[in-house]
Amino acid sequence: MMHWIILPVILPAIVAPFIVLAARYHIGIQRVLSIAGVLALIVIAAGLAWQASDGTVTLYQLGDWAAPFGIVLVADRLSTMMVLLTAVLGFFVLLYAIGSKWDERGRHFHALFQFQMMGLMGAFLTGDLFNLFVFFEVLLIASYGLMIHSGGHVRLRAGAQYVLYNLLASTLFLFALGAIYAETGTLNMADIAGRVALIDAGGSVGIRVAAVLLLLVFAIKAAVVPLHFWLPSSYAEAPGPVAALFAIMTKVGAYAIIRVYTLIFPPDLEVTSGLQGLWLAPAALATLAVGMIGVLAARRLDRLVAYAVIGSMGMVMIAIALFTQAGIAAALYYIPHSTLASAALFLIADLVRSGRTDLRLRAAPQIAGASLTAGMFFVAAIAMVGLPPLSGFVGKLLILNAAIASPLVVWIWAVVLGASLISLIGFGRAGSTIFWKARAVPPLEDTPAPSLSPLSYTAVGGLLALLIALTVLAGPAHRYTTAIAAQLFAPAPYISTVLDTPGKLSTPQEGH
Amino acid sequence: MELLVASAIGILTAAGLYLVQRLRTFPVIIGVALLTYAVNVFLFASGRLTIGAPPILSDAQTYTDPLPQALVLTAIVISFGMTAVIVMIALGAYLGADDDHVNDPTEGSETDKEGTA
Repeated sequence: MMHWIILPVILPAIVAPFIVLAARYHIGIQRVLSIAGVLALIVIAAGLAWQASDGTVTLYQLGDWAAPFGIVLVADRLSTMMVLLTAVLGFFVLLYAIGSKWDERGRHFHALFQFQMMGLMGAFLTGDLFNLFVFFEVLLIASYGLMIHSGGHVRLRAGAQYVLYNLLASTLFLFALGAIYAETGTLNMADIAGRVALIDAGGSVGIRVAAVLLLLVFAIKAAVVPLHFWLPSSYAEAPGPVAALFAIMTKVGAYAIIRVYTLIFPPDLEVTSGLQGLWLAPAALATLAVGMIGVLAARRLDRLVAYAVIGSMGMVMIAIALFTQAGIAAALYYIPHSTLASAALFLIADLVRSGRTDLRLRAAPQIAGASLTAGMFFVAAIAMVGLPPLSGFVGKLLILNAAIASPLVVWIWAVVLGASLISLIGFGRAGSTIFWKARAVPPLEDTPAPSLSPLSYTAVGGLLALLIALTVLAGPAHRYTTAIAAQLFAPAPYISTVLDTPGKLSTPQEGH
Repeated sequence: MELLVASAIGILTAAGLYLVQRLRTFPVIIGVALLTYAVNVFLFASGRLTIGAPPILSDAQTYTDPLPQALVLTAIVISFGMTAVIVMIALGAYLGADDDHVNDPTEGSETDKEGTA
């Protein structure tokens, strides 16, 4: 059934206004609707992923207009994997937000959450660059609201920085789109891919500039050093569950880079050759180094996790910057791992916050439920640092293995292994300060015991269980990401599906 | 005409970037507004500059490319809405913190966020 593709975009777009209009004053009904919406999304996303798993590229033409002129949605293996990951992450984040009662601390949490899901789904599914810009804006508008959810001037200032940085990135995106349109006369990804291949090396200045601008825009989204400055403050100040949901937002940048630089500007394209290896790989190495040094230097747990996210994006980008089939496959294995691990860490940081006066890394009285929280932190930190036996280790091995053929192999191995050691020290120090040294501090008498919600622990536990499942099923998962990479490096079926499917007015009649 | 449009885009961008780097909310917002004007004119020009031609396919020999105009329309709406959002957030931050700096306060004066969250 072809219409399934539009459902991940349409469903949250219907649920969100319904929540605002019909259930504005009933948090219970909002919760039920929101959970039901996300569960339905998971089912739809699983269906789409199953449909795409045999390599089928499914096309949806909005309004039945054929591709270069109409907007299209395309579901291939990569898109459906990201859609499924988003839906699953959204479900656990929503569980946590309900369990910790974050959704009651400001207005319209659930509606904004649904709009955020809509923007994410659209960004993964669209086959049109301008449409990608529009979905970026949809997910950003929702994220602005979520970011400053429940207010406070520190959060508002961090929110202003976040909005500002993203506004500048959007401007840059529009410049890139303008340049691409001026050079090729189209904005449909498959159509651009065909036309860029026709440009010879002589007339390539404009398209080179456009390719660099696009890479910059996506690098800002993916928080690649030196464009990462928006991330630490905004992720650390955002409400816990919102920061956990934002774990997928940096991956939107990684997804866009993979999509655009395998489909439109593939590595063997003469016009833009050298762009990825020359610029992206050193930036990715710097990202990993800066992120993990930030982990070591952070003085608060939430900042530490934010820098760990930057570091894990560096790891993803190193694998992407190789632009080989093995590299992309490793990156695609690492993306779900890093999304789930950083989301779990943000949620655990929020659990710790609910039992302490602040999140500074210093000894404070023991928090309620400390042993369970400490255990979860231990598991999530192992996953994030990439120690055996969890999926971070498998992912790192895949990346190191994929890097062997690269000329930068010495650098990559040195930085990856060094960064792992640094982040291990950072996480070990943070965990021992927060959970072990707490035993030495006498509990305060007048602190009210915070109510612990089993739902919050279920949400974190669910994310950790998914990480363990990703480890146990590493073989099949890696086989699947290899299949995704194979599909990405053979884009001919994608392009022909998009451009050759007839739609309304596709055969102009003689004499109008 | 090309020179005029190109230098207009360049001057708007330069002024916008300068104002954004002032790191106080009011100049920054004006700077972002200038940048969005610049990008709108740039998008408009990306379909080639044509004078006095209709933006539709008709019997006329020349026509203006209609697609950039649709793109500009979308971009204007989005950037206008975004500017409104940042004005509101900046206003809230200013009223709460009583200063209009965009940057975080320096480490030494960092206040405890839990008191305000």
